[in-house]
Parts: sequence; C-alpha cells; structure tokens
Amino acid sequence: MENTVQTKQSPLLRLILGAFVIIWIILAAFPFLWTLWGSFKVEADFFSKVDWSFALSGDRTIAETGSAFTGAGYYGAWVQEEFWRAAINTLIVTFFVVIISLTLGTLGGYALSRSSFRYTFWILIAALVFRAMPHMTLVSGYLLPFFEMNVWGILPTTIVVLVAINQPFTLWMLHSFFLNIPKDLDESAMVDGCTRFQAFRHVIIPVMWPGVITTGLFSFLLAYNDFAITSMLLSQDNQTMVPKIGSFLGTTQVQGNVMFAVAAVVSATAPLFILVLLFQRQIVSGLTAGAVKG
Amino acid sequence: MPHRAFFWFILPSALAMLLFIALPIASVILQSVHIEHPKVMTEVETCGPFNCTTELRVDTEATAELRKAQPLGKFIGLETYLNRNHLAFDVLKVQWQERDGFFSFVRGLYNLPFYKALTFTVAYTFIVTPLVILLGFCIAVAVNAIPKILRGSVIFVSLLPMIVTPLIGSLVLFWMVDANGVLGSAIQRLFDDPNLSLKASPFLTWIMLFVYGVWHSAPFAFVVFYAGLQTVPQDTLESAMIDGASRWERIRYVVLPHLAPLVTFVALIQLMDNFRVFEPIVGFNASASATSLSWIIFNDLFGQQQLFGSAAATSMLTILGVCILLMPVLVRTWRQYKVVQ
Repeated sequence: MENTVQTKQSPLLRLILGAFVIIWIILAAFPFLWTLWGSFKVEADFFSKVDWSFALSGDRTIAETGSAFTGAGYYGAWVQEEFWRAAINTLIVTFFVVIISLTLGTLGGYALSRSSFRYTFWILIAALVFRAMPHMTLVSGYLLPFFEMNVWGILPTTIVVLVAINQPFTLWMLHSFFLNIPKDLDESAMVDGCTRFQAFRHVIIPVMWPGVITTGLFSFLLAYNDFAITSMLLSQDNQTMVPKIGSFLGTTQVQGNVMFAVAAVVSATAPLFILVLLFQRQIVSGLTAGAVKG
Repeated sequence: MPHRAFFWFILPSALAMLLFIALPIASVILQSVHIEHPKVMTEVETCGPFNCTTELRVDTEATAELRKAQPLGKFIGLETYLNRNHLAFDVLKVQWQERDGFFSFVRGLYNLPFYKALTFTVAYTFIVTPLVILLGFCIAVAVNAIPKILRGSVIFVSLLPMIVTPLIGSLVLFWMVDANGVLGSAIQRLFDDPNLSLKASPFLTWIMLFVYGVWHSAPFAFVVFYAGLQTVPQDTLESAMIDGASRWERIRYVVLPHLAPLVTFVALIQLMDNFRVFEPIVGFNASASATSLSWIIFNDLFGQQQLFGSAAATSMLTILGVCILLMPVLVRTWRQYKVVQ
C-alpha cells in the first residue's frame, strides 16, 4: 500500500530527499567519528593551529610518539586520573536506579492502568508537573537537608534521588504499556481465585517484559546521562563518569591535558553506542509509546 | 481496582515522588525566605611592643555554632526575591525612569543576572522547540522516502545525537568549533579572519547553543513523526488521490492532521526539557555570554560560598516559569477530561 504512494514521487523530489538524508547523517555521525579518531592523536593534532589535516594524518602524533596513533589520552584518563573509579560508580548507580525504578514503577503503573477512579487522572497530571521540574531547582532543595542529615556525597543518596526523579516518567510509560495488556487477563485470574497481587505476580509479570525492558532502557539513560544531580550530590571521590568529565574540564585545560577529557568522553560514549546498536527497536518504540496516548 | 489495593500498589512510587520532588520544593520555598547568617565578628585587642590596636576578627567558633543552631539562617521574608540578583524591582524602576528609548532599557535589563538568564532561557526554549519540530518532520519525511532496507541504519545513526549525554554531546561539538578545531578553523578560513572565534562573540555563542539544542533534540521529533507516518491511514490517502488531491494537498489535509497530536506531544516534552537548559552552557563554557536559570542556580550552589537562599529564590521563580509554561497544556487536558467524564 505504501509503495503505491511512493512510486508517484518524481525523481527530482527523491533526489532532494535522498540528499537531505545524507546531509543529516553526516551532521549526526561526523562529530562522533571525528572525536573518536582524534582521541588517538596528541593535542597538537586534534587542535591543530597549523593545518586541520594534521588531525587526519597525525603529523605531530608521529613526531611526538613515533606512531600515527597513541593511547596516551586513554592511559592518562583511565590510569593517571583514575577514571576507572568513576566507571565503577556509574555501573553501581545505573544498576540500582534501573532496578528500583522499575520495581516501583511497575507496581504504580499497573495500579494506574487498572483503576478508573478520578484520582488516577490527578496522579498522572501531578507526575507530569513533576516531570517538568528542572532538576537544578530540586537540587537546591536537597543540598541543605542532605548536609544537615550528613548523607551528602555518597552513592545511595544519589541513587534514591535519581529513582525519585525518574518516577514520573517511568509511571507514565509503564501506565501506557499496561493499558495495552487486556484487563480480562488479570480479571479472569482473580475470578479463578487469585488475589490482586497474585494476579499481578503470576499473570501480568510474565507478559509485561517488552514494556519493562523499554522503560528500563530509558531509566538507564537518565541515570547514565545525568549531570545536574550527580555533579551536585556526589563528593569528589564518589563521582560518576559524567561529573568526572565535568571536573576534568577545569583541571585538564589548565595542565594542557585536554586529550584526557577527549579520551574520557569517547570512553563514556562507547556504552551508549552499543546500547543503541542492541536495543534500537525498543528505544524507538519507547519514544513513541508516550505519543500514542497523545 | 478497589481503593485499598490501589493505595498499596501506588504507595512506594508516590512516596518516592512526595519525598524527593514535592518535599524539596517545600524546602526551596522555606530556604528562599531565609538568608545565611553573617559571620560573627568580635573585637580583639592585640598589643605589640609599642601600642595596642583593636581589630575586628571573624569568630569562627561562634559563627559555626550559630549556623548549627539555625541551619536555615535568618528569616528575611521576600527580600532575596527583590534584591539585585533576582527581580530587582528597585533597579528596574530607576532604569525605567531614566530610560532614553526602549532599547536602552532592555539593554539595562540584560545587565541584571536574573533577567539575563531569563532572556536566554526563554529564547532558547522558544527558538529551539519549533526548529526541532520542523527539522524532525523534514528528516522523517525524507527517511520515509528512502528504500526500506536503508532505514534501519539511518535511524541508528540519527539516534546518536539524542542518546548521547548532553554534556558529552556539547563537548564534542565544542572541541570541533574551537578556534583550533576542525570546524572553527574552517570557518576562520571561510571568512578569511584568523581572529574569528565563536566563543568570543555573545551572538555567535547563542547561535552555537541553539544549533546544539536542535542537533540534540531533532532525533526525538524525527522518531516520533516517523512512527506517525507509518500509521497514516492509507485508505484516506488513496481516496484523496482518487478525488484528485495533489501531493501537497494530501500532505496538508491527510498527513498533517494525522500528525497534529504528535506535534503537541513533542512540543510539550521539548518545552519542558529546553526550559531546563544547563549542560550545554557548561560544555560550551559559554557562561560569559549566555546563562540560563538552571545555570545561575548551579552557580550559587557550587563552590566554597554556597548561597542557599539566593539559589532557592531563583528556583522558585523558575518553578513559577515552568507552571506558566505548562498552563495551556494543563487547561486543555482538564477541558478534555471534563468532556470525557
């Protein structure tokens, strides 16, 4: 059916559209490829004062290290600046944020999708308003109480905060996924004598995985990509990767070690790259899940 | 679902939101009407071999004790809101009276930190959002026209600018437009001006941040619109064709109405996200020429001297801004809800 519409396109129009796609792909991919390539060079090549083509040929890199590629930036970032610590912290934070977010979110989202009372509407609207709160305004609310309670700077605090900030979005998404699971399913289980929780546990959980995986991906992205919360709530030793890169900016620029930051940036992008590669379908379906409801 | 069961299911999630979103907002309100204690000063007399001098010294112990007893600080009401770093009505009044021409008044406004940040935040929100929708739509239409076999990989590449951490995305672009970076030096050669630097000019910095914003968010709009294009009712399209509708008329009267709810959705999400713009300003190191509301809160809280009161007041004004931004959507949703009921 689609093809009948498409064949009507004039060759000129197709050419224009094709060119547009190519330009967009270059815009989207080139910055990453360029930085990946440049991260194996020395600073004099990546930020070449003389000629930009040095970054391609690696003239200065050869002069300084004897080979066209160097892992000095990576060594500096991971070993010298102990970026591996930040990587481990990121792993811990993202893991717990995803697990806790999904546990709370599935329970809440399921309840919201199965109740037809007026307050479900209000809870969803409240969640939408909470979703709109700039994270920095919330941080200014956290800092003083956290200092007073002496829980500032540690990973668990950040995990709990990220879970809470993630909840509005998680609720909305899982709510719309659960709406697609027919109500008859759990209702018939309850007719057969299950309690509500048993119905949820034995009937709904086995069929809800596609939605949960998609929502989990977005929880992961939120925790992984966050800068506002993690940079303000974690002490220097407990920093995750993104705030660590943020603090590299201050220190390395002075010491002339910008390449450390470049290497760290590439290292932190790699997992995201793999994530998109593996879960492209789920990410696309997740982005459109909210839109279906309008 | 009965009330009781609903309550237990929603409880953990609701509790998390109440404790860490609603309560902090209450804490922000409280903090915004307080100010940090000034340092306690004591007069100390020091006698040298020739004479005695008295000087004022900071009594660290007493200061620490006072701060511990009243961590919120001293109650000052709405003073913080009205001072020069926030709404600055006094300054505005003077500037309005002494204005020569509307533009000089606006320029004076721009010298006040809060209004400077507000101007950039609003400009960013309302320039980037429509451009994101437009570019996203164009990409979606273009990708929909290329052979099916290529679409998967195109979508993969398209997702990258959006998936990548905002701070990292802005750094990657920042390094490229650096005067010694590949794009920066290309632009210098293009305009034949070796001193041209995107960072030096406030105007160019703004443009750079807008470009980043569009680059970062366009994939989101693209994916939503692309999915919408897959579900355009083919029957309606065909009958429109039979009725002699041109290509443009088909887009205008069939495709666009079908995508309209999606446009609302993307606009809503984008308005919310763009209003909190923060990471690009750090990544592009642009705070000299462009500050956002989130950034000035960050600036108050970061570093040695933490200005909780000042940050809280800005936060409250920001939250007010978000509420104004959301108002049309909320009213609309409420009306629809009433109709459904």
